[in-house]
Amino acid sequence: MSDYQLDENCIQWFNEKVNWQEAIALSAAPLIKKGAVTKKYTEAMVENINQLGPYILIAPNVALPHARPENGVKEAGVALTVFQQDVEFPADSSGEEKQARVFICLAAVDSESHLNMLQTISGWIDNEELINSLLNSESQKEIQQLLYSSKN
Amino acid sequence: MKVLCVCGMGFGSSLLLKMTADKVLKNKGVKADVEAVDFSTAQSVQADMILTNNEFASQLQGGRAFVKAIVNMASEQEVENAIDEFLSQN
Repeated sequence: MSDYQLDENCIQWFNEKVNWQEAIALSAAPLIKKGAVTKKYTEAMVENINQLGPYILIAPNVALPHARPENGVKEAGVALTVFQQDVEFPADSSGEEKQARVFICLAAVDSESHLNMLQTISGWIDNEELINSLLNSESQKEIQQLLYSSKN
Repeated sequence: MKVLCVCGMGFGSSLLLKMTADKVLKNKGVKADVEAVDFSTAQSVQADMILTNNEFASQLQGGRAFVKAIVNMASEQEVENAIDEFLSQN
């Protein structure tokens, strides 16, 4: 089984109430800092949501912000951020408002090479217990422990 | 059978969904061609079944394919239920 280990720097926890644009920028910040993506990547993610709706909501309470490789990806990477307060997204065409608190920002260089990262992410999301623990976490350290001890 | 997994970009959530669908189909022993595509491509590809999010599901409905919205793209249980529903109708 492939196992993608997150950098310690790519795990974040925030207490502040933020809007979805801020949440996306915050979730991408560690990837910008380490040079995996440029600032353009954040703008592309926000723009895509404006155009396509909140397509990044991939499971209850979980968002997978991402854009295309050509939108400023230098190298593959993942950053996981937990917001303690709900991040509200614009309603989709059904009029239903959605929110998320676990943000997994994904940077992919092409459609093939990030499969092991996606497999790891898939393992997290299908693990209800882990997601619940993440939602209830109270510090960056706690998230780190949860992720490093979770088995895929 | 041909299954399309559709998302905005064609390589984030749709690939995640494809991984889940591949696992489920393999476990069930159902032979299928599963492809992850973006929304605009999906409109021009023939398929028997389309798995996607709520937003795109409403826009892709009405064609030949059986369309099902998936809430948790990593949930094998949810995808299996969708596939069972499709198989029982065909």
